[in-house]
Amino acid sequence: MVEPSSVIKVDGTDVPAGPDQTVAAALIAAGIVWWRRTRRYGRPRGLFCGIGACFDCLVRVDGGPPVRACLTPARDGMIIDTDRGDEGSL
Amino acid sequence: MTTAERFAAVVVGAGPAGLTGAVRLAAAGVRTALVDAGPRPGGQFWRHAEDAAAARGQHDHRMVRRLLDDLAAHRATGMIDYRPGREVHLITGAPGERRLELRPTAAAGPARPEPVIAERLLLCPGGHDRQLPLPGWDLPGVVAAGGAQALLKGQRTLVGRRVIVAGTGPFLLPVAVGLAGAGATVVGVCEANDPGRWLRSAAAVAGVPGKLVEGAGYLAGLARHRIPYRSRTIVGELRGDDRVRSVRLDRLDRAGNRSDTGIAELDVDTVALGWGFTPSLELIMMVGAETGLGADGSLITEVDDRQRTSQPDVYVAGEATGVGGAALSRAEGELAALSLLGDLGRTAPGAGRLGRRIRRLRAFAAAMHRAHPVPAGWPDWCTPDTLLCRCEEVTLAEAEQATRELAARSARQLKLFTRCGMGWCQGRICGPNVAALAAARTGRPVTADDLRGMAKRTLAVPVPLAELAALAAEDRP
Repeated sequence: MVEPSSVIKVDGTDVPAGPDQTVAAALIAAGIVWWRRTRRYGRPRGLFCGIGACFDCLVRVDGGPPVRACLTPARDGMIIDTDRGDEGSL
Repeated sequence: MTTAERFAAVVVGAGPAGLTGAVRLAAAGVRTALVDAGPRPGGQFWRHAEDAAAARGQHDHRMVRRLLDDLAAHRATGMIDYRPGREVHLITGAPGERRLELRPTAAAGPARPEPVIAERLLLCPGGHDRQLPLPGWDLPGVVAAGGAQALLKGQRTLVGRRVIVAGTGPFLLPVAVGLAGAGATVVGVCEANDPGRWLRSAAAVAGVPGKLVEGAGYLAGLARHRIPYRSRTIVGELRGDDRVRSVRLDRLDRAGNRSDTGIAELDVDTVALGWGFTPSLELIMMVGAETGLGADGSLITEVDDRQRTSQPDVYVAGEATGVGGAALSRAEGELAALSLLGDLGRTAPGAGRLGRRIRRLRAFAAAMHRAHPVPAGWPDWCTPDTLLCRCEEVTLAEAEQATRELAARSARQLKLFTRCGMGWCQGRICGPNVAALAAARTGRPVTADDLRGMAKRTLAVPVPLAELAALAAEDRP
């Protein structure tokens, strides 16, 4: 739908991102619907509320603490680490 | 010590209410700070308003364009200090001297302190999608209707390829039509209530004729895209493994109880759920403004007919006074600005006209809430394993057990006994449902206190300890 203008690295793999996309949108556009596991039951989570209220979509950006992917604009060269664990990246 | 810049007025939220209010204040010569979590003005309602091509599909786009031009003009003169991409995590201080701590939205790492002092405060924090637990609602690919819209309108991203839109309320229609227009296959809209309920409020609807035109447009869109519309229907089960793959539809009777299970089974890759909206109240509660039960049973800010709260320096406008849509938010934002100007000793015309408009729009909103109540029977639709609290993964069975065996009598007790509301989202998603369950199992209606117990937050967003330590280390007056 959108022309990619930048590339982010998700668990070591390149993912394209458009000029207005958040990290969450870039992940979803790349067909990644979950990128975190819950603490208690280890269940997969990705985007839920989409507007920063639910905190399901947490990712680590450039080595930092968990932040909401749905509120983080995707910037060229961003390093995203997810919680996909043994699944590997894409 | 970090010098905190002082403003005659600080507006939090640049959606329809905050943007309108800030522009109105600046036009009257009041130097205003406009703080917003998003990167662009417009809030949840007006996405990509700056892009003419994207905006053409939006109603009111000429008026929004004008507001954005006004914002740019006031920024140029310095009357509006626009702070996008900032969340307010803490408000302290006495009325007339409130100190707001700002930090970059979803900042990765400790941020420099960015405080502002507000002589008067206009809070327009908006709301977020109301949610109900459903079996399988925590599967990936299940999103809020508002989230699907945010991705589509703001980021030109389709949340999925084969979508069902379900819940209650008029918002389901633009979401379904928007997704279909962007190329998704929308396999249906499931409305839990009966659209016939609108007929009971014909006068309120007639008071805002524009809404009928808008509604007709969306119905035409459903027809054009051949999207089946089912009323008195819910998604009773969401099935899948590492993502949602299919849904089972159930029928409700006129009383809202499940009458038929499995009237259809549909393959999907995405479910967009929306049960209306609920106000975001953390900042409002932080400043001590009074809250109460709104027309739709959610917790709202108590305001007088001039948008004043119980705090002498705080005004609230928009969804936080009661969900009612963009037009109502705009009118409230403008009235709040006039009210603030009046309290500064400057009379400004228009309050009467605005008051009448607000009453008409509130009557329409009340009719909408009556037509689309959040169904009370949701606990009966759930299985024991259905999550009540997504963050802490508390099941409905655990919560029911707490009401039975531990005698949890209130939302607050249920929270303390089960951890519902203690996770990352701090009760934003589960709060109203925990309150509803506690009340139902105690044989009484939900009270404002139940909702407040799930809505009050010491910090509005998570903040690294290093930032809090920096605040504490400052020599504060």
